[in-house]
Amino acid sequence: MEAYLSLFVRSIFIDNMALAFFLGMCTLLAVSKKIGAAFGLGIAVIVVQTITVPVNNLLYTYVLADGALAWAGLPDVNLSFLGLISYIGVIAALVQILEMVLDKYVPALYNALGVFLPLITVNCAILGGSLFMVERDYNFGESVVFGVGSGVGWALAITALAGIREKMKYSDVPEGLRGLGITFITVGLMSLGFMSFGGIDL
Amino acid sequence: MKVKELLFAPIFSNNPIALQILGICSALAVTSSLAVTVVMCIALTSVVAFSNLFVSLVRNHAPGSIRIIIQMTIIASLVIVVDQVLKAYAFEISKQLSVFVGLIITNCIVMGRAEAFAMKNPPLPSFLDGVGNGLGYSAMLLGLAFIRELFGTGSLFGTQVLPLATEGGWYIPNGLLLLPPSAFFLIGLFIWAIRVWKKDQIEQPDYKIAPNTKPLAKEA
Repeated sequence: MEAYLSLFVRSIFIDNMALAFFLGMCTLLAVSKKIGAAFGLGIAVIVVQTITVPVNNLLYTYVLADGALAWAGLPDVNLSFLGLISYIGVIAALVQILEMVLDKYVPALYNALGVFLPLITVNCAILGGSLFMVERDYNFGESVVFGVGSGVGWALAITALAGIREKMKYSDVPEGLRGLGITFITVGLMSLGFMSFGGIDL
Repeated sequence: MKVKELLFAPIFSNNPIALQILGICSALAVTSSLAVTVVMCIALTSVVAFSNLFVSLVRNHAPGSIRIIIQMTIIASLVIVVDQVLKAYAFEISKQLSVFVGLIITNCIVMGRAEAFAMKNPPLPSFLDGVGNGLGYSAMLLGLAFIRELFGTGSLFGTQVLPLATEGGWYIPNGLLLLPPSAFFLIGLFIWAIRVWKKDQIEQPDYKIAPNTKPLAKEA
């Protein structure tokens, strides 16, 4: 239990997907102009991340890893080179399914998330989550915790950035830095702030 | 369209990172060392160029509703090839790049160019556009990596250029440049520099401070 808690906190604060690994940057910069939109996208990322990381974990453990097909009588098969294409396939398919399910059963949430769901397929934070899961050899339980944690961390980063940017609209920024430039520097400062969580060890 | 324009416009006047906000995702983390960055740039440029070429070849046969999946499959297959080649011939560097080679799949430059350019243009211009955008990305990344490695560790490509104070020289390395935040600061400053030079890229402010209409209060 303690290990899971520690992993959860780590994946939110210390190994923050956006601020420590630069994942999902394009969306982070593009959709962080309004808090409402940023929060919506954040929730969508949490949901998708929580589903895709464990699913890809199962896929890796029972199909792709070296010798994983032993249950099907093929102990010598190593399909790990197909990893990338299968993960992105799983992500694209899950996002599509999620979109249809939400549309049918939870139209309110679907309308709120609507535009952001398709964007998520190409969000590097999602694919990055699955790749980190494979690289760090998480088991199923850990991958669930890591999925939730990294999603929450990303959502936290984009919502906080949107908050800062909304305030910053009124400030007098030097001409060349306006818009993108100052946003980068803001993200840099946030990243610096998040680094101070680095020493925490549970 | 002219070959020269396709190749060189993306480097300064339409840089994918500084202006189009594409491809920042997987890139910044690899810029703390120049050697790794060069490999990443070559990998990305070849993926963009060839994905543009293949997407452009199938553009008239792919139904609109499933084009994203088709693009994804093409890109993912190319990335797998690059990943396997790196693992075979440059294992050390592929270890350092870790997940970031795989993340080329979701690099927005690749998708963005496939969608915005290759779907509408014949194969050869698409290929050149891919190379050009790859070069624009590489220019930005190599600039970043040069500054980060030179001032962060005092070396270039792993060879000591500035003698370190700890080894009897005079240079005290700035550790901040090796940490993630510095990449953000540097890119922000790069964008500033480019926009000071190319004024037309400056963004319009959302709000302007109105001129002060009240007469200044008289000093008591």
